[in-house]
Amino acid sequence: MTHLTAFNISIDFPLYHSDNRSLKKTVFGAASGRFGEDKRRRPVVQALREISFTLRSGDRLGLIGHNGSGKTTLLRALSGIYQPSNGSLSMEGRLTSLLDPSQGMNMELTGRENIRLRGLFLGMGKPDIARLESDVEDFAEIGEFIDLPVRNYSSGMVVRLAFAMATAAHPEILLMDEWILAGDAAFMEKAKRRVEAMVRHADILILASHSSATIAEWCNRLIWLDAGKIVADGKPLEVLAQYLPPEQFKELLAVAHPPLTAS
Amino acid sequence: MTDFTGTDRAIRAMQRQPHFTTSADRGWAQRFRLAAQDLREGFILWPLSWALAVADIRLRYRGSTLGPFWLTLSTGVMIGSMGFLYADLFHTDIHKYLPYLAVSIILWNFLSSLVSDACACFTGAEGLIKGTRMPLTVHALRSVFRDMIVFGHNIIVIVLVFVFLGVHVTPYVLLAVPGLLLWLVNGFALAFLFGAFCARFRDVPQIILSLMQIAFFVTPVIWNANILSTHPGALTLIRLNPFYYVMEIVRAPLLGTDLSFSMVAKALIVTAVLVLVSAFAFARTRGRLAYWM
Repeated sequence: MTHLTAFNISIDFPLYHSDNRSLKKTVFGAASGRFGEDKRRRPVVQALREISFTLRSGDRLGLIGHNGSGKTTLLRALSGIYQPSNGSLSMEGRLTSLLDPSQGMNMELTGRENIRLRGLFLGMGKPDIARLESDVEDFAEIGEFIDLPVRNYSSGMVVRLAFAMATAAHPEILLMDEWILAGDAAFMEKAKRRVEAMVRHADILILASHSSATIAEWCNRLIWLDAGKIVADGKPLEVLAQYLPPEQFKELLAVAHPPLTAS
Repeated sequence: MTDFTGTDRAIRAMQRQPHFTTSADRGWAQRFRLAAQDLREGFILWPLSWALAVADIRLRYRGSTLGPFWLTLSTGVMIGSMGFLYADLFHTDIHKYLPYLAVSIILWNFLSSLVSDACACFTGAEGLIKGTRMPLTVHALRSVFRDMIVFGHNIIVIVLVFVFLGVHVTPYVLLAVPGLLLWLVNGFALAFLFGAFCARFRDVPQIILSLMQIAFFVTPVIWNANILSTHPGALTLIRLNPFYYVMEIVRAPLLGTDLSFSMVAKALIVTAVLVLVSAFAFARTRGRLAYWM
């Protein structure tokens, strides 16, 4: 069964490349700040503090919070990129993370060459790579651009290719940062259908976004992060009701299509 | 797990284990276990490392007519011009000196590219390291593979020089192969050691580059170790130089000169020390590297 459990995860970023002494002043000056010290008394930024949650098949978790609240860091930690400074993470299921549209792509290589590299990364053999190639080509719909270096693409095309590559290999756990919103409306619709199909087949989605409309539409659970801590965790509309200013929340309920109801 | 089709199941079966756990640092036992796991997963992905290395070389020469054979040509031109100049300066016979110089320079270039690429093997892959969970071994292998490809193109120059000057070649040459394999082991170990060190301390690559410049002059590359036989003091310099032993185990078979047992033993000791230090360095830094990017 696909699942993902974060237990008490904390992440400290060491501040190596800065002046230690003036930093120490900042550390002790800011009582409520996120600067701290690790066990060896080196200055750190406390990016995440004691994050715990469990996701099961079919969960679509949204992450919301201001800039610098730790959303991307949490996605990286859940991807297994950052080894946590504290706590642990365990999961069952193949994970794909889409943190940055051009991530894992070589901009100088063509789209097709990038797809092949992705296939090799997934440990595929020749026939499977060929299948991946045609699947991505069909889904991304970028036409002849597939044989041009990625640096010649528009940002929307990069998003299409990256999304197609990430989802074509049927990940069981999909982590996405908000840039997916850079696609046009038609592509968004297609992307949403694909993610829905994925989640229908008992998989997990984690999406970090600033757009409450997207969160309300895509997710069935929402975590509000602030200063690296979980402020609220619950149904999207319940959390959004706390997170958004009242008039914006009303607006969200009004424009949502199909109409949303705060249950 | 619910699958839609049989092909899906086939893809899933081929992919990596879906189970993954990580936790805060718990000391050396956990560090070595995770490092070993990284190596295992990385070696399984060697076709990816190879494809990345080939792409690196191809991109460097994309659009040029000769492509990577520019490597062969530029090395050939350099050795040709240096050979005649230095043969004259050192008052040596060009028929003896040119094969020595060709072999030495090309081997040295390989060795120094293993060292300098080791420095950049992780910082150069920042996008991949911060973007996906990928074994770090993939990046180390990629840099070794890339240097191997370059070396492969340069071997042509050695072959041409040997053919033109009619150098007598015996099966003894084949002893260079185990020597080169030992180099690859060294290069791979160095990638972890220097790669991590250079990612943490950004001044280190520059320091290593300048040290390699000095090493080039104090190691018998363009000059022969024999000319020091009258300078006992200078001989100590060679005796303390690990590059000399490492060079000699490949160069001697290629040039048909004697290779003493102690030379081989010393090269093996250098490798053993390097592998051991690198293993500790990798176990220690593996979990921290993403933070240093």
